[in-house]
Order: sequence, then C-alpha cells, then structure tokens
Amino acid sequence: MKRLIGLSLLTMLTFSVSAQRYMTKNGFISFFSHTPMEDIKAENNQVAGVIDTSNGEMVFQVLIKSFHFERALMEEHFNENYMESDKYPKAIFKGKITDLKSVDFEKNAEYEVVVEGDISIHDVTKKIAVKGTIEVVTGGLKANTKFIIAPEDFNIKIPAVVRENIAKTVEVTVVMKFDPV
Amino acid sequence: MNRVLLAFLITLMTISLSAQDDLMDLLNDSKKEETIFTAATFKSTRIMNGHSIERMPSGQLDFRISHRFGRLNSGAYELFGLDQSNIHFSLEYGITDWLMVGVGRGSYEKTYDGFIKLSAMRQSSGLKNMPVSVSFFSSMAVETVKWSDPERTNYFSSRLSYSSQLLIARKINQAFSIQVSPSYVHRNLVPTELDPNDLWAIGAGGRIKLTKRISLNAEYFYLLNANNEYMSQPVFNPLSVGFDIETGGHVFQLIFTNSLSMIEKGFIGETTGQWTHGDIHFGFNISRVFTLTNRSRHSEAK
Repeated sequence: MKRLIGLSLLTMLTFSVSAQRYMTKNGFISFFSHTPMEDIKAENNQVAGVIDTSNGEMVFQVLIKSFHFERALMEEHFNENYMESDKYPKAIFKGKITDLKSVDFEKNAEYEVVVEGDISIHDVTKKIAVKGTIEVVTGGLKANTKFIIAPEDFNIKIPAVVRENIAKTVEVTVVMKFDPV
Repeated sequence: MNRVLLAFLITLMTISLSAQDDLMDLLNDSKKEETIFTAATFKSTRIMNGHSIERMPSGQLDFRISHRFGRLNSGAYELFGLDQSNIHFSLEYGITDWLMVGVGRGSYEKTYDGFIKLSAMRQSSGLKNMPVSVSFFSSMAVETVKWSDPERTNYFSSRLSYSSQLLIARKINQAFSIQVSPSYVHRNLVPTELDPNDLWAIGAGGRIKLTKRISLNAEYFYLLNANNEYMSQPVFNPLSVGFDIETGGHVFQLIFTNSLSMIEKGFIGETTGQWTHGDIHFGFNISRVFTLTNRSRHSEAK
C-alpha cells in the first residue's frame, strides 16, 4: 500500500513537471545589420525553444541554414563564408530567468524579465544576459527580446572588402510563442 | 518503504540534475529530420570556360564580362598576348530556382549565343539523400562574320551551332568539388566534308578552396571523335586552370587556357592551341550579380 502511494506520488511529480513545460518549433529570430552602405536582414521562422516554468530554465536551438535573406547570394555567403553552417549547423542558447518570482505563470499579464545564460554560435560560447518580456496568455506563453551581438565575439571574420557593408554589431530580435507540452 | 524512498530520491535527483539537458532532449526529439540541400558546389556558374551545375537563383541577374588575351608565346612585342583581346559578355537570369537563361555576345567569330540551364537534381543529405547534383545545359550560337564566299548561295542556318551538356557534380567536402560533363556539339556547317558535324566530348573539372574566398579550379575536355589526321584544322583538348576570387557580389575568375573562345561550341570544337607549345591565353571572367526581385520569405521553407 505504501509502495502504491509512493508510486502515485512519483507519477504526480513527473506529471506536474511536464505540465510546466512550454515548447515551440516555429519561433522567430531575425537579425539586422545597418551600415551607411547597406542594410542586411535575415529571418528564421523555425526556431525551436522550450521553457520550464518550474525553475525558469530555457533552451533555444536555431538552425543556421534556416535563416533566409532577401538576396540568395547573401544567404550563400552567410552560410559558406561566415557561419560555416556545414561545420556548425546550430546556434544554441541555454539560460535561466534570473528573477523567476516576479513572474506569475497563473496570471495573464506581461512581465519584464532578465535571462542569463550561455549562447553558442559558430563554436564559440559566451555568457549573455538580456532583458525581455514574458507574456502569460491563455494556453501559452509569449517571449520577446532584442539584443545586440558582435560577430567578432564569435570568431566570425569579416574581410576588408565588405567591412563597409557589414555592421560591427547586429541587432537580434526574438519573438516566440510557446504552447504547453 | 525504504525502496520507495530511494526510488523517489533518485527520481528527484535525475530531474534536478539534468533539467537543461532534458529540455534539450525534448527539443531534439521533437525535431523532424529535414532535407538539407548542398549549396555552393562552385562559386560561379562557370568552372572555368564551361558551365558548372550552379545556376542563378530566381530573380537574380548575373552580368558577366570575360576576356581572353592573345597567346603567351607571342612574345614581348605583343606583351605576351595582352595586346590582343577577345571579349564575351552576357546577361544571365534565374527565372526560377531551377531554371536559368542567358544571352551573350562574343567577339570570337562575332557570335551571339543563348542558353538555358535546368537544375534537375540537387545534392542533398538528411531526409532525402542525393549523392550528386545534375544540371542540363543547352545552347545555340549564331556566328555573324561576313560570308567567306558571298558568290555562292549562303543559308542563315549555316551560321548555327548547338551544344548540349549533362553536368554531374558532387561537393565532396567544404573545400573540394568535382564535376563530369558529357558534351555534344553540332555544327550545321563545317569547312570540309572530312570535318565532323557532330562532336562528342567528356569534360571533367573541379575546384579546391584555398581560403574561404579563393579557390583553385581546373577543367579539361576530352574530344572523343576529333581526328586531326584528316580534319581541315587540327584541334586539341581544352585545358584550363585558374582561380576564383570572390568579393561580396563579384566573382573574379583568373584563367589560363589553350582556348580562345568562351562558348561551348568554340572551346570544345575549335581549340587550336597546345599547352605544350606555349599557346596559352591568359584571361578573366567577371561576374556581378544583381538582385532584381527579392525572394518571398517563405519560398525556401516550403
């Protein structure tokens, strides 16, 4: 009998953990580079992400080849020359909401949060902290953020001939809508 | 009871230890396998003289200017060939991601040419595995030099020639790509009865990337039915060696070749120079790509 209670407790525990997870496979990430010469923009609609509301942990996974540019040639150069996406196919973010208590996942509202974690691009991992919002909506979560990263920090070299066309820092926009798992 | 407690503790530990890896697994499990198409087998739509399997994506216009100078062995008086210049320019456009067309004009025999290139298969991995990319190339050329004998009845059709190629390429790794190009050239009019109207050749080419933006390329065509013992003008197998240099929207191709012509009918069928005799032409191709129509954002996702 005791064993039975134990088992059912375990089952409940597992259940409650999984119910606190929200996931998406078609989140949106875009980046934007502005120089007086040229604006470059790329968009990715196939970002996978998951949030665990019990501890505020989150993981994002981005296929580099799913970034699409307006110009096909730019996309080719992005993959071939800069990101080397055959060698390093994914960018990954693993992080955590720092002030989890400020978010009430039971109440529909928009909350400002700070997320800290490790971002891995082009085989370089960096610590990063970004400000963003989490919006609790009926049957899901929305997460938005904007932050700046420098290609140079991720060992992405920009040759002299195109240095006028590619900005030193690019603005990254993240728009995610998660569904419960 | 103890056993249950233990199981409970272990479960707790597992959950707390592997939370992030667990989340990662959740993502990986839910990710369906996709077909990944191989991109950039070659930097340009030409390996050297001949076409590569690459084509212009839809809405992109490639403006190409190519030069071949005179023969290196013409000596210092001709500045090793640089005093003579043979030009070809063309406009080439991607109608869809698998169909491109082009028109060009070359000073060699004052020739106008037009071509279509179809991308039939693309090398891919993942869900759909395809070991090679295959393109089909077909062109027509019209030479417009004044008739050598205006007295006789001359037909416009005598000016025409046709070329077809099957292009089969594989990007073996990031740096190394190879291509085989079985080729066929038909000339409507040839100088003598002994010259074949139909020419068959097997082409082979490849590239090795030296840096991310520079590659070493080579290309060779083996003529299958050209017999110099009876042809009015001896012809040789074209061999071209050079570099691709890519700078943003431009690709520069520097080239050393024994052919003067820059279209299939000419370099496959009418290469009269020999490397061993120093009949080498220096030349270059410049490719500048313009985006005429922006791609719809979701075209690739379909």
